[in-house]
Amino acid sequence: MLLYILKRLGIGIFTIWFIATATFTVMHLVPGDPLANDKAVNPTIRANLERQYGLDRPVFEQYVLYMGNMLKGDFGISFTEENRAVNDIIREHFPVSASLGVLSLFFATIGGVLWGALAALYRNRWPDAAIMLVVILGISVPSFVFAAFSQLGILTLNQWTGRSILPVAGWDSFSSALVPALVLGMSTMAYMTRLMRSSMLEVANTDYIRTARAKGLSALRIFFRHQLRNAILPVITVLGPAIAIITTGGFVVESVFAIPGLGRYFVQAVAQLDYTVIMGTTVFFGAFLVLMVIAVDILYGFIDPRIRLGAL
Amino acid sequence: MNTTTLTRALMQPISSYLRYCLSALLLFSALCALPALAQEGVDFATQSVRIAQGSEPPNLNSIKSTDQTSIFYIEHVMEGLLRKNARNELVGGVAERWEMEGTTARFWLRQNAVWSDGVPVTAHDFVFAWRQVVNPEVAAEYASIMYPVKNAEAINQGKLPLEALGVTALDDYTLEVELETPTGYFLSLTSFMIYYPVRQDFYEAQNGRYFADVRNMIFNGPFTITSWVHGASLRMEKNPTYWDADSVTLNVIDTPYITNDEQAVFNLFKDGMLALVNNLAAEQLRGALDNRMRIYAHPDGSVFYVEFNHRDDRVTRNLNLRKAMQAVYDSEELVYKAIGIAGYIPGRSLIPVYMNGVQDKFRVEYPEQPASLDIEKAREYLELAKQELGLDEIPPLSILCDDTNGAILQAQYFQSLFKRTLGIDIKVDAQTFKQRLDKSGNGNFDLILAGWGPDYEDPLTFGDLFASWNVNNKGRYNSPVYDAYVRTVQGTSDQQVRMDALGRMQQHIIDEAVILPNFERVSNGVRDPRLQGVVFSQTGASTTFTYAHVTE
Amino acid sequence: MSKQSFQLSAADFAPAPPATHAERIVRPSLSYWQDAWLRLKKNRRALSSLYLVIALLLFTLLGPWFWTQDYTLQDLDMISQGPSWGSAALVVEDPGAWEGVRGDALPLPQGQELGATTQLTVEGAATTQYVRLYWNAVPGAQHYLIYRNDHAPDSGQDLGLPLGETLRPEELSFADRLQLRPQTYWYTVIASDGLTEAASGTTLAVTTERAITTTQARERGLEATVGASVQLPAHPFGTDYLGRDVLARIMEGARVSLFIGIVAPLLFIAIGIVYGGICGYFGGTLDIVLMRIADFVIALPFLLFMILFRIGFGIGPGESGIFPMLLALVLLSWPSSARLVRGQILQIRGEAYVQAARMLGARSLYLIFRHLVPNVMGPILVTLTFAIPMAIFTEAFLSFIGMGVSPPTPSWGAMSNEGIRTMLSSPHELLFPAFFISLTVLAFNLLGDGLRDALDSRLRSRE
Repeated sequence: MLLYILKRLGIGIFTIWFIATATFTVMHLVPGDPLANDKAVNPTIRANLERQYGLDRPVFEQYVLYMGNMLKGDFGISFTEENRAVNDIIREHFPVSASLGVLSLFFATIGGVLWGALAALYRNRWPDAAIMLVVILGISVPSFVFAAFSQLGILTLNQWTGRSILPVAGWDSFSSALVPALVLGMSTMAYMTRLMRSSMLEVANTDYIRTARAKGLSALRIFFRHQLRNAILPVITVLGPAIAIITTGGFVVESVFAIPGLGRYFVQAVAQLDYTVIMGTTVFFGAFLVLMVIAVDILYGFIDPRIRLGAL
Repeated sequence: MNTTTLTRALMQPISSYLRYCLSALLLFSALCALPALAQEGVDFATQSVRIAQGSEPPNLNSIKSTDQTSIFYIEHVMEGLLRKNARNELVGGVAERWEMEGTTARFWLRQNAVWSDGVPVTAHDFVFAWRQVVNPEVAAEYASIMYPVKNAEAINQGKLPLEALGVTALDDYTLEVELETPTGYFLSLTSFMIYYPVRQDFYEAQNGRYFADVRNMIFNGPFTITSWVHGASLRMEKNPTYWDADSVTLNVIDTPYITNDEQAVFNLFKDGMLALVNNLAAEQLRGALDNRMRIYAHPDGSVFYVEFNHRDDRVTRNLNLRKAMQAVYDSEELVYKAIGIAGYIPGRSLIPVYMNGVQDKFRVEYPEQPASLDIEKAREYLELAKQELGLDEIPPLSILCDDTNGAILQAQYFQSLFKRTLGIDIKVDAQTFKQRLDKSGNGNFDLILAGWGPDYEDPLTFGDLFASWNVNNKGRYNSPVYDAYVRTVQGTSDQQVRMDALGRMQQHIIDEAVILPNFERVSNGVRDPRLQGVVFSQTGASTTFTYAHVTE
Repeated sequence: MSKQSFQLSAADFAPAPPATHAERIVRPSLSYWQDAWLRLKKNRRALSSLYLVIALLLFTLLGPWFWTQDYTLQDLDMISQGPSWGSAALVVEDPGAWEGVRGDALPLPQGQELGATTQLTVEGAATTQYVRLYWNAVPGAQHYLIYRNDHAPDSGQDLGLPLGETLRPEELSFADRLQLRPQTYWYTVIASDGLTEAASGTTLAVTTERAITTTQARERGLEATVGASVQLPAHPFGTDYLGRDVLARIMEGARVSLFIGIVAPLLFIAIGIVYGGICGYFGGTLDIVLMRIADFVIALPFLLFMILFRIGFGIGPGESGIFPMLLALVLLSWPSSARLVRGQILQIRGEAYVQAARMLGARSLYLIFRHLVPNVMGPILVTLTFAIPMAIFTEAFLSFIGMGVSPPTPSWGAMSNEGIRTMLSSPHELLFPAFFISLTVLAFNLLGDGLRDALDSRLRSRE
């Protein structure tokens, strides 16, 4: 087990190196100048800027320099927020995104598993249809619309009651995370609901469920002990990358609810061609993803004894 | 039916009704326990206001900063030799009085101007700051705005030592500035951020982190920054050591929200959490109208236009082709019908209406002669262009623009206009920010949706855009006549001579169809009726709270 | 005992005639897919969703034959109008140049405050083309501010939209052309001395009539005589932000959106099935290496790679990049389905029927695609149906940054993205494209459910 984890971590580091190299290459291949601005500067100032950011050196030298610093855990200074280290950006904004993300995944998983199981139980009857409709809305309406409407809802509620029931936006209390987390988890919840429904149906027809039923086990026990446990695997599979994606921030939700998360840096860095932030966020996300995937693979073994770790 | 069952049957609705009442009561009391709708946008007792920003200020170091958000904060916490008063006029800041003659300017500093740690602001602080701005090692992007000062450009190129800069501290409270050439607008430059003082000992003690965090800051302006949570909030409080603290009423300017979502900001305003909102988009303007809010409009300073590519290998180099496009284009239709944001002024000239001329507004003194709107004439121009270019058909032209809804809307308007009237195909080339800059810098376009905001209060900030040497002349327009006008304006401080030349430049741009002006942007805003005295400006910080106060 | 030897003749070794009748399989042998189709046909919901998909395709392909409005035609007088069955409009003269009204600037008498504007009047008829206002000079005024409201102002604060201001004191008129609709407007003109505004202004209610200019009428082949009444085209789904017909744009946009929305998910899920199937079945080092490649693809910054793709494919301005976009989408989207399939296969590869098949000598690929993949169809179909809206919105996003289709070609995703900006004031611009996206997703979800039931081999024996 330990050996397995170590092996996976070793390969993980290699994966991250690969991600970093590919991103670095693409970043430099994409035309555009990280130092350019709406107002162009004269060649003198431009040359001074290049020297300051080390962009006057050959690209390979920049690469070696960057990788060296990265190994030391230093992602460099942002090009756009000129006084901030990328390490600080991640350290200050990731916890915000992560706490929002964990809450939203909590909603999404609980909701998804519950609704999905419910839909499977009432298959082809009205609860199934109702859940299906909500799910369809959840995936075919962009999250921006949900965010905007839920914010308007809060505003109307506050104005109607004349009290600050929920904050319209901002990030200062637990209550300011509730609605954004729901909105952020919407599409994941919809996806999990459908996955859960589908795999519940699959499991329902297996021999071991029939055996359990024949043994005279209570329906509730069959449901939790046998059906749910076997059906949850696809949800877990999706959950791994979803954790990495959601906890590193949702740009739209963060922007609508004025939440100081990491999401905006992923989006703005590329638009601004902020080399150091692109690299920092990508490598950070890559490392996080690699860890989550390893965690999911290990979890497989615990949830389903048929899957043995050694075989992975 | 026995009695028990009967009782139970009777009790059933009653108990459920009771339960309903109880839960309603509980919910109600829970609601009452919540704070009443806090109107925190402005507060009379504490004289505080709250605002939202679209982004984190990227750099608060006055030497190096370039963006609007940072300028807003820097102008509230720092002060230069001169400053703008509540009527947007230039008055003394750190300088008590000044003299300007030819290429020499002299400033006498007030003795009571101090840094927030009590140390007096001296002439040496200005000398140090200005030298840093042009220091090649520092690599300040706005260094070119310092170029009117003697030797600034040569120092910035690394050809001369920093000490050669034309600024000297005659004593602690007297500053003398030597200029390259007489510069009429130099005084207004001294109220701009990069001309602000920086104290050498403090600056050097920060080890390159000057103004990076609250502990690395020192102030000489009306406010101080007391807390800054990066990407989340920034709080300014009144500076008690400011020499003119008596005329500052506001105690707190808080920025608790950072978001670029326009509807979210408007919702926060409606919820009473903000003191004012500027730059309302069409949708929020509609919301303000429906909510019967007072809407204030003020020009934000920027002018937008379609720039042609004048490089040799482009058909848009042909004057008749440009004139054909000019003769079918009605900026009123673009602004009033397609864009449809109230207050936007249809573009008629490169120089916006708020710019001052000699005595009055520039555009009042030098009214532009517009090109006539005439489709028949346009077709004649087009035929001429085809002949001159030796083409049977004008090839499809690309219009480069940003990947924003507004830009793509305008691009599509032009696409439809030129197709409908002249039969010219236009391809919309929407690009992400840096790719657009790259393409515009390389001249990879036929037309481009461009804009310009003023750097200083003189029409030349727009006028010199099309000088052949200007790096922001994206279309590489090159006209000896125009260049000569620009040199005339730059070479004298005689306002009459300068404005006459600028008037001719304005007409030249129209006659030669160098650009097609689109609009002068206006910022529509709403504010809490209790907030008074906010100043709006087209250069520097667009909003100033220094002279504002909250009424009851 | 006779020496009769037990002799066998060759005939005794002839095969017995086949005893056919006893064990004949009465039902014809059905392949897996035939069986699935039979069961799909029995599923009413699935079948109706199949019809819905066909209807959507017909709508796309045949719609433009019946609804012939040009999806690129901009009608700037009809911007963001709600659904309507056509309206009548008056033909008026071209706005032309209006000289405006000028008067003398009057000095402010000593000790007097700036007064209210008087004699606010409309010049000519008020139409949706223009409302021309003029007024009397106010002593001391340097310029005038003009406001327009949609409702009667209830206070001095409720002035409405600031339309603009005059430049000189002599200018005593203003022409309003700002997106006028046929309704009543309340105009207010306030004098200003350059720094402060007068305490009050004058308000005038003006009712406008829908009108088009003679030039516009001529361009559209309508009767171009001043005073004539013409019928404007119907817009059953309303118009968009440039006055284009939303119905025509939905029909046109369906081509791109349905193509990308259906083909891209099919392709990348096919890749995901093969990739994930191989990983899950073989396991070991191959699985580890292949799945790390999948991780790698997930971690790449999507936008950055799309920009590179665009340049790599040399997509110039205005060119359609649907196929490069499809390729890019597929290349960057397959890992999640591969991961899902792999997880499922890991779970069932030890099952008895797999072992049995293996013992019977089934080759690996046969095993994967004949036995394993059909048993994990459920999650795959869910992923497929979820990939549809994702692909539609990714297309919109990519078109927005210049990859994919370029304006004025619409797509559903792009239309909803544009509609979002005005979702409160003109909800139809968001509602219709979003409705069609939802309809597509719904149809494929139902179809997916039906398929899942039909393809489930465990349900097979019951039929």
